Amino acid sequence: MRRRHTTWLALFAALMMVLAACGDSTDDTTATDDTEASTETTAAAAEPFRIAIVAPSASNDLAFTQSIVDAVDVIKGEMGNVEVAVTDGTFVVEDAAAAIRGYASEGYDLVIAHGSQYGGSLQEIAPDFPEVSFAWGTAADTFGIANVYSYEAASDEGGYVMGVMAAALSESGTIGVVGPIEVGDAKLYVDGFAAGAVAQNPAASVNINYTGSFGDVALASEAAQAHAAAGADVMSGTAQMVVGAVGVADEQGILWFGTQANQTSLAPDIVVASQVYHWEVILRDIISNLQSGKLGGEIYSINLANGGEVIEYNPAYALPDDVKQLAEDTIAGIVDGSISTGG
Amino acid sequence: MNEFFTQAILIATVASGIRLAVPLLLASLGETFGQRSGVLNLGVDGIMLLGAFGGYYTVLKTDSVWLGLLTGIGIGIILGLVSAVISVTLKAEQGISGIGIYLFGLGMSDLLFQKLVGTPRPVSSFPKLDIPGLSDIPILGEMLFQHSMIVYVAFGLVPVSMYIINRTTFGMNIRAVGENPEAADSLGVSVVRTRYLTVTIGGTLAGIAGAALAIDLGIFQQNLTNAQGFIAIALVYFGAWRPAGVMGGALLYGFVNSLVLQFKTLGIIPRSWSDIAAMAPAIITILALVLVARRFRQPAALTKPFTRGA
Repeated sequence: MRRRHTTWLALFAALMMVLAACGDSTDDTTATDDTEASTETTAAAAEPFRIAIVAPSASNDLAFTQSIVDAVDVIKGEMGNVEVAVTDGTFVVEDAAAAIRGYASEGYDLVIAHGSQYGGSLQEIAPDFPEVSFAWGTAADTFGIANVYSYEAASDEGGYVMGVMAAALSESGTIGVVGPIEVGDAKLYVDGFAAGAVAQNPAASVNINYTGSFGDVALASEAAQAHAAAGADVMSGTAQMVVGAVGVADEQGILWFGTQANQTSLAPDIVVASQVYHWEVILRDIISNLQSGKLGGEIYSINLANGGEVIEYNPAYALPDDVKQLAEDTIAGIVDGSISTGG
Repeated sequence: MNEFFTQAILIATVASGIRLAVPLLLASLGETFGQRSGVLNLGVDGIMLLGAFGGYYTVLKTDSVWLGLLTGIGIGIILGLVSAVISVTLKAEQGISGIGIYLFGLGMSDLLFQKLVGTPRPVSSFPKLDIPGLSDIPILGEMLFQHSMIVYVAFGLVPVSMYIINRTTFGMNIRAVGENPEAADSLGVSVVRTRYLTVTIGGTLAGIAGAALAIDLGIFQQNLTNAQGFIAIALVYFGAWRPAGVMGGALLYGFVNSLVLQFKTLGIIPRSWSDIAAMAPAIITILALVLVARRFRQPAALTKPFTRGA
């Protein structure tokens, strides 16, 4: 009797593990399907260029991870013969490290470690695979390793432009920002946004709330409620948990500025504009370097000037012409260097 | 600090604390039933996640929040029964098998979300329900009686749970089975049946908690609960296995959270302290747990599978 129970339990545990594993690496399966398809169609053609992405949140988070997955899709569309594999949802750095090492040992041409927290692991892994090129972001350090590129986003630039627009649109003069933890890309964006808002309206009060979590949607939602109670009529925020804040803004008719990906679909009535990352701008450079044999050693940045950051307006929102002009002038000023974002 | 003591901010802070407490309260009330009968279910967060996805997906497809809630209930019942099979019939080590349920829920809800929905898409939330008469009371009415229906349900379940556990035969069976299953068994109380019922009640309330969270937010995302299920389990200890205590814990956690958020928004907590302040709810709850809960004894048979004649 006891033995039979143990067998059932073992079976059950195994099933759990399989299902849990499926959930983590959903896109692996898709990627494999893609591979099979492309191998069939180009059987006689050259070897495909193989890109792997390892990223912390979901591929469709409308934020950080989606920005790199979308960019690689663009590259795939341009180059054609590209095989893409994605391991997403690796909040746990050890899991990410295992995935990075796995892709490297499978001989991928370019392994993208999309998360500043993966730096330490990459520093250990990259030297073991001198034939593989690694790209790591957002960061501005290649550790002096010959096969590591790093990339970052000057998210303060787009943040500044949207801060200017936010202050111009705010009637109460109170603007709310929901952030995760005050580090990296989020800090750059929030600081740029606040600087832009104050530059446009020195009397504006920009309330900044770092919830302390990248993933807590309920907390982000309540942070937005707190902003609303404090009188904010325009809000912005960064990281994947802001979907909770966008919901509150929508419900209360508060304007929203998004970043990292186009967030218009979340609330077409109140999203004014989004700063969208187009990593493909630098991926093109990295890949052409790769093809000429240079596997790393450079630090890239996307910004408004090189087209890696684009302010995408929501066509459904009636943005007053003067505010749009203000935004375009600010973009031009940042590009020609006459405006400093303070970052 | 003065800007905090305005009517609008105070009302918003209390209302926010109540909203944050609701999923925790629902899940921990359910877990209280299981633990009082001697079964620790660590899978609450996994059940919440699947309830959340099921509820969200149903609302996305049917635009009916009530059908969404019903789906959450259904998923909760099924996973509650699965938990019962594992911990009661198969007598699995409760500290480990619950983690299996959790991992299953975490992975499965994400997998289904990616396959069936993809990008987060907003859905309708529960309508607000103003309690006639009470909602017109100045200040208090706005704080307490202008919430969505699920808030009243959650708090209404507290006296119901107290009544069931303390005043009914079923409740007496639960307590007997949780304290001394051998004695209860010898008196003709079915330990297995009682525990199946309590664990299924626990699963059902966890499913409702998840669905309530997702539908109230109007969105789903990978790991939406962010470990609220585990906090709910801690709150059962905090509340000394009593529904009123559990409610106190959930409210304390919710209020500290909403207070911290409001203080950050108003700049009362400086930004450099932001990350430390984010830990305040957990730290305060743990301190309270240490101070309060040690005066109470846990159900004697908690985590111990029952075998007749063993």
